[in-house]
Formats: sequence, structure tokens, C-alpha cells
Amino acid sequence: MAEKSLAVVPRTPGVVAGRIFIYTLLGIAAVYFLLPFLVMVMTSVKTMEDIRMGTLISLPREINFDAWSEAWSSACIGVNCQGIRGYFLNSIKMVIPAVFISTALGAVNGYVFSKWRFKGSEVIFSMLLIGCFIPFQVILLPMALTLGKLGIAQSINGLVLVHVVYGLAFTTLFFRNFYVSIPDDLVRAARIDGAGFFRIFWRIILPVSAPIIVVTVIWQTTQIWNDFLFGVVFSGGDSQPVTVALNNLVNTSTGVKKYNVDMAAAIIAASPTLLVYILAGKYFLRGLTAGSVKG
Amino acid sequence: MSSLTIKGVYKSFGQVEVLKDISLDIQSGEFLVLVGPSGCGKSTLLNLIAGLETVTRGEIFIRDQMVNGVSPKDRDIAMVFQTYALYPSMSVRKNISFGLEMRKIPKDEIKKIVEKVAGILQIEELLNRKPAQLSGGQRQRVAMGRALARSPSIFLFDEPLSNLDAKLRVEMRTEIKLLHHRLGVTTVYVTHDQIEAMTLADRIAIMKDGTIQQFDTPRNVYKNPANLFVGGFIGSPAMNFIPTQVVQVGDGQGVVLDVDGGQSYTLPASPGNGALAQWVGREVLFGLRPEYLSDSLPDQDEEPQVHELECRVTVVEPTGADTIVFVNINGVKTTCRVHPDSAGKPGETMRLVTDMTKVFFFDPDTGERI
Repeated sequence: MAEKSLAVVPRTPGVVAGRIFIYTLLGIAAVYFLLPFLVMVMTSVKTMEDIRMGTLISLPREINFDAWSEAWSSACIGVNCQGIRGYFLNSIKMVIPAVFISTALGAVNGYVFSKWRFKGSEVIFSMLLIGCFIPFQVILLPMALTLGKLGIAQSINGLVLVHVVYGLAFTTLFFRNFYVSIPDDLVRAARIDGAGFFRIFWRIILPVSAPIIVVTVIWQTTQIWNDFLFGVVFSGGDSQPVTVALNNLVNTSTGVKKYNVDMAAAIIAASPTLLVYILAGKYFLRGLTAGSVKG
Repeated sequence: MSSLTIKGVYKSFGQVEVLKDISLDIQSGEFLVLVGPSGCGKSTLLNLIAGLETVTRGEIFIRDQMVNGVSPKDRDIAMVFQTYALYPSMSVRKNISFGLEMRKIPKDEIKKIVEKVAGILQIEELLNRKPAQLSGGQRQRVAMGRALARSPSIFLFDEPLSNLDAKLRVEMRTEIKLLHHRLGVTTVYVTHDQIEAMTLADRIAIMKDGTIQQFDTPRNVYKNPANLFVGGFIGSPAMNFIPTQVVQVGDGQGVVLDVDGGQSYTLPASPGNGALAQWVGREVLFGLRPEYLSDSLPDQDEEPQVHELECRVTVVEPTGADTIVFVNINGVKTTCRVHPDSAGKPGETMRLVTDMTKVFFFDPDTGERI
């Protein structure tokens, strides 16, 4: 489709000039956004000596991955000198269940709010939506009390619960809006065919939900992985997620400031979200526009 | 045996009463069509029969069993939807077998049923395709196949043909009728198209504003409309309603028609209608079907009730077999259906004949038949 529509544009000088303008603009924007990342990557492969001698944007004289291994396994975070490895694993242990549970619950919620409306369901849905607009800071204290009562304060399980509760508003909204575009007649037909609530969800609704599942998983993964505030407030020493550890690593002020290690640690901490976008970015866009191009 | 009985059913959504005191009764094997303009409640009534909505008041019986509290899957019905509602992730085969699977029918039996149904509807070569790979007409067939596979005691159709193009719609209409003849299953069919209703139905229920206006055979609703609404709804082109005054003509009554061009006719009503005597000197609506205001009518020479009118033609619309001619009577644009060869040109005067035994009189205030 895209190639076709490009092919029919006549190549008049005006069109060519327009194209050049567009690509130049896009190029500038890309460089502008990529430059900081480039600096990070370059700094992380320099030696400390190299950093001291050169400028911020000078190319590394030799490529050296020592800083990466140090950041991963031996950098000091506070008094603990084992790198960010353990915290990286903490983040994974937190993100996977939190994303899975919040997505699954959001799907069922969205299914109910779109296909099994009941008296007052619109009110409940509106109330749930308010959850999208509550700032993180507001729920810190009540959430701390709740986690304490449940006995999961300062633990990864506690963090999972916090992220599930906070993410539910968004995941429900995503799924509900997607399911609204699926004809109600499908559910009616399945009911007459003899399928029940969960069977219809499992056999009819879920198989067509792939686009919105991708969107939700990307959204939730990014949100939860990148979260700092909940991580710093609700985690204990050995349950800290990688974002908190990164902050502590950079702020640990014993001896020389190792910029290359800081940069390597930052790239490692950011890599999963980067990876998710590179791998599933096109599905993300497709999912976001899925409702508008039906038929 | 009575297949479907509806007794005094009411349905409200919040404050809005969409169905009021609906009562119907059809025999096993009958084809019932619910017809009416959009918003008349016909689809709601179908959903009540299917059990997808619950009645506010009244009772529904299927095969003499009260089904008010019975869930859709246990009502022994199958439904075909306007949007077809095929499960998008399943192949045609799976779509047809899904309902059977839910009912725990053994696998080899399901296979047999699917093949039989596919044979009846000639969709064998489509069985492994997904709904997205089918044309509108094919989807329609699959949707019917899904309903057929369950061999229910009642088929419910919710405007199944309205998403098809005109030619396919006529073909499928005939096929549905054939299928009904072949299988003889009780059918309830919702449509807003009066031609579909007339061609398919054994009996028609014409609905408006949540009430049934008339419940009768296609022939009777055409020949004997209960009120102004039914008269205007059934028949194409629609019946003419000409406001006129009832006058005394000898022993009987008649109506005055002023045609465009200054001529005035007084047509004596057929003596059968005694009620018209009370309307002398008052205004009525004179209902005249276009096919009975024509250039010639069968047996027009022997029939004493046939009268002639000289009218000036305003617009001519050829349709092929017939030509529709518009004239003005009592200031109202009146449709006539004439033979193409005898149609006048606009501005010309044309001789038309009408049969007073085939006309209707309606109360202009209540719309009731006189």
C-alpha cells in the first residue's frame, strides 16, 4: 500500500523539494534525540583516563567494556559492592508478574465493562478512570499502611501489588475501549450457542485481542520498569528495583566518580524498555490505531 | 401444536416503554415476520424471544413451555444476526460446530452435521476459511449454517439481508423461503422491508411504537389493512391518502375528488360499507392504491363500481414493467400505476379508471379504518 501511494506522486521539482525538506527535518530530530544516547554509549566504553583527557563528545581512543562488567557485577551501591545485577533481577521479578496480572485483570474488566454491563457499571468504570489521574505521591501513605497490614511491606510482592493496583485503571481503560469496537452480536451469538461468561472470553474475545494485549504489555512494562518513586518508597535494601539501585550507584560518593560505570549502568537499566520498543514498536502503533481501521 | 406463544408482553428500558401488551401465537412450522419502521420494537421483541433480554411483564412460551426464566442456550432456538456475528478467529467449520461443541455432541457426529449443513447451503469449499476471507453473501450463508446445524425448534432472523446488495438480497430471500419449505422449522423473521415481509411470511405482525397494528396473512394485510399505518406501510408504491368529504349520493354515500384541471367527480362508494353513512358531510382520508388507479383494470367493463377520471399528468417515472404517473387529486400528489404504452406525458391529460370496491376510508384523526 505505502509503496503504491508513493509511486503515484509525480516527481515535480516542488514534490522533490518537499521530500528533501521533510527528510532533513526528520534527520535533525533523530540526531537531536539520539545524541545523548550516543554520548552515553561512547562514555561507557571509554577508560577513565580517556574521559579525563578528552571532551564529552570526543570519540573513544579504544573501546573497553570494563565499565560494563564493573557496573553489572562489582560496582559499589552503598556498602554493597556487587553491581546492579541483583537489582536488575529484582526488577524482572517485579515486572513480569505485575505486567501479567494487571494485563489479565484489565482484560477481564474491559470485557465486563463493554459486554456485560450491569446496573451501575458505568459509574464504577468512571470511578476506575479517576485512578488514571491520581498522582503517585497521593497514594504513598495509604499504600504504605496497606502493605504493612498485609505483611508485604519492603518486599517485591508488595511492589507487584502496588503496580497492579495502580496499573489496573489504565489496563481496564485500554481493553474496554478496544472491546467496545467488537460487535455485541458476537457475544449474543455465543450465548445462544451455549457458551458462558468465561468461555466466550476465552474462545471468542481473547483470540482477537492481540493488538491491545501488545499495547498494554508495552505500556505496563515501560511504566513499571521505569518507576522510581514506588520503588524507592516501598522496597527494602535487597528488594530494590534497578532504577533505585542506579540512583544509589551514581550517588555513592566513595573515591573517584566513575562516569563510564554510571553510563554503563544507566544503559543496562534502560535496555529492557528499549528492547521492548524495538521488538514490538510496530505492533504498538498498530494496536493503538486498531479501532479506527476496522472493516 | 403451538410453537411460540407471547402473552401480554411489556418491555421497558428504564422509563421508556418499548413494547406494550404484545400478544402473538404461531403454529409449528409457521413463518412469522415482524415488520415495522426502525424503533418500533421488533428487534427487542426478537431478543425477548431469544432470551437475550428479559421481559418486564407478560409471558413467552416455546412449545408450550414457559421460558421467561430460561437462558438463551436452553430455549432450543438459533439466531441469525444482521451483522452475521461470525467468530472472527475461527474457521467456517469451527463457527458452525461451536454451538454443537458447547452442547457436548460427539466429535464424529459434529463432523457429519457440519458436512450436511455445508451441503445444504453449498459452502463445502469454504469450510476452512476465516470469516474475513468471505464475501457478504458467503458470510450470510455461514451464519445460516451455524443456525441450521443446531436443528432448533425455532429460527430467529434479525434483519439478515439488510447488509447485502439489492440483487443478492432477492436471491437470498428466495433461498430462505426454499429452506423453510424444505425444513419446515418455525421461524421468526425481523425486517423493516415490507416486500421481504410479504414474500416470506405465512403471517405478518406489523408493528409501530411498541404495539402490534395488525397480525394477519400477507394477503389480508394488503387487502384489508386495519388502519392508516398498515395501509401506508404495506404495498409499493405506497397507498395514496386523499383528504376528501363524504357526500350523500342517492341512497348511498360518495366522495368528491377535484382533479387538477378543474374537473370535479363524485364517486359513489361501494354499498358494502355501511359505516360511511355516519361520516356524511365530514372529512375522511380516501385510501387508494396506485395499482387501482390505472389506465385499465381487469373486468372494468362488467364492474359497475369502476369509474373514470380525466387527470393531468405532472411527473412520469418509467420502471420498466409499469410506469408510475403522478397526478394531483384534491391538491395531493397521487401515484398511479399504468401500462407503459398508455402513460401520458407531463402536462397532458390522461384517462384513468379506479375500482371503488378496492378503496379504503380512514378516520383522519385516529387513523382507524372506517
